[in-house]
Amino acid sequence: MAGIPHDHYEPKTGIEKWLHSRLNVVGLAYDTLMIPTPKNLNWMWIWGIVLAFCLVLQIATGVVLVMHYTPHVDLAFASIEHIMRDVNGGHMIRYMHMNGASLFFVAVYAHIFRGLYYGSYKAPREVTWIIGMLIYLVMMGTAFMGYVLPWGQMSFHGTAVITGLFGAIPGIGESIQTWLLGASAVGQPALNRFFSLHYLLPFVLAGLVILHIWAFHTTGNNNPTGVEVRRGSKAEAEKDTLPFWPYFVIKDVFALAVILVVFFAIVGFMPNYLGHPDNYIEANPLATPAHIVPEWYFLPFYAILRAFTADVWLVQLVSFVTGGIIDAKFFGVLAMFGAIAVMALAPWLDTSSVRSGRYRPMFKWWFAILCVDFMVLMWVGARPTEFPYDWISLIGSAYWFGYFLVILPLLGVLEKPITPPATIEDDFNAHYGKDADASAAE
Amino acid sequence: MSHAEDHAGTRRDFLYYATAGAGAVTAGAAVWPLVNQMNPSADVQALASIRVDVSGVEVGTQITVLFQGKPVFIRRRTQEEIDEARAVEMSELIDTDDRNANKPGLEATDENRALDEAGEWLVMMGVCTHLGCVPLGDGAGDFHGWFCPCHGSHYDTAGRIRKGPAPQNLHIPAVAIIDESTIQLG
Repeated sequence: MAGIPHDHYEPKTGIEKWLHSRLNVVGLAYDTLMIPTPKNLNWMWIWGIVLAFCLVLQIATGVVLVMHYTPHVDLAFASIEHIMRDVNGGHMIRYMHMNGASLFFVAVYAHIFRGLYYGSYKAPREVTWIIGMLIYLVMMGTAFMGYVLPWGQMSFHGTAVITGLFGAIPGIGESIQTWLLGASAVGQPALNRFFSLHYLLPFVLAGLVILHIWAFHTTGNNNPTGVEVRRGSKAEAEKDTLPFWPYFVIKDVFALAVILVVFFAIVGFMPNYLGHPDNYIEANPLATPAHIVPEWYFLPFYAILRAFTADVWLVQLVSFVTGGIIDAKFFGVLAMFGAIAVMALAPWLDTSSVRSGRYRPMFKWWFAILCVDFMVLMWVGARPTEFPYDWISLIGSAYWFGYFLVILPLLGVLEKPITPPATIEDDFNAHYGKDADASAAE
Repeated sequence: MSHAEDHAGTRRDFLYYATAGAGAVTAGAAVWPLVNQMNPSADVQALASIRVDVSGVEVGTQITVLFQGKPVFIRRRTQEEIDEARAVEMSELIDTDDRNANKPGLEATDENRALDEAGEWLVMMGVCTHLGCVPLGDGAGDFHGWFCPCHGSHYDTAGRIRKGPAPQNLHIPAVAIIDESTIQLG
């Protein structure tokens, strides 16, 4: 692998040499695990391991749940109750799978916002970022289809709403919606195919994760200073880095253990806290629950979907310019997908020459507002579409787009960044090195 | 191209293009069935029309029946509801198309949407035109007709969109009166 110079695998024993000349699998594992990693990584660099754990957890619990689940409109709901009551340990496995999805999204949001703050998306890591965004999209698709499978009220009517998004596409929308559902309404064909895809997509995710890791192993990790590892010689690189194994593995596993304490407290004592009681009512096509709310991790983008109603001047202007092709409904759909698209384009929208937000005094504040904005959108996404919530979601949506499309490009020109440290070693020593200890002792 | 320029590569180039073209056609032909299998299957398409017994529906109440996997509202309206719907001017409406499969392309007057002349019967798809939720009936919402709880669309007593994100009036499926106690859908 190109990039930071480090020692490579050398087979020593006879059997290692025999295997190495036939299949370099040990070498691949060795070079992956021994990758030189910036030694100043902080606690925000633990989420990758948490995410990898989540994927394994979801696949492992999911595969065993499928052994007891029946993808049929008359039997699906009952088979979930069968898992909850009859299958040995079934309730625990299902609660882990349910809450595992939430942990997955907690970790992915922390991971994404880490990248946004420390400029991890910037050159030369754009490909890592884009693959990451694809992973996020596939995650959302997988989570959505998984939520349909218990065939509760929220499953059913949530599916009607989300597939209705595709129906909003002008002209061909209805055909696409019918094609997705395999019928004009949500029913057996939809349940069956969502089950198939819910089983398939995690393995697509696993493939994308390998590409994601491959990409940042090619460029090397970013770090809190945003300063690149020196790679003139191995000796120089070793001043800035430590091997991933054992140093970062131990740190990450410690963090994972702490997170799992919280996770299992939730799984054990409040497993339905993040869910909706309505989904324990079997799907009924004749009655919509009074309040349809997606799972919490979709709420920020759901709020953006709902924010652009027909009385917003921008929607009216776009509708007028396009001759009514883009109406309020389609506008909302475009805004929702656009909100993720602008995030994916961050590497090209951010014009600043300094990578890490740590050395960008103005950026820090705008980024803090973005974090608050995300939480506000998540909160307002679960509120009814009434005053003042409609205004709050509109302002929140406007800031989301403003941050990526206006603030990021302008800040690079307007802001005067602080000079980052020359090397990672300098930054590390300032925090943990001999000089720092000496100055602390004085 | 003159024969003098016909060097050895041309024949080979042609074979490349022909092979690539044949490969693309074959790949497309192989993929299309995999895509098309997701479209509605024969048994789903073969949903016949259904007849609904409405003899038990009192004035001022409605029933909801399932037709082609979707709810259909059959409401027997009171005189006040009919009067309220017929007093509305076209200029007050968001969607002025009647959205009636039996009378396509007409104005969204109550007369064009109701099933009978007197306007007692109103039959509509119970599918919000926003994102497909089932609206609540029995005088719900600001206009005493239907109200969709998902995103707050208000429909009047003729099922016309009056407020909220839905773009169209509630759709009216192909429907006919067979006799005084039976309505046929489809």
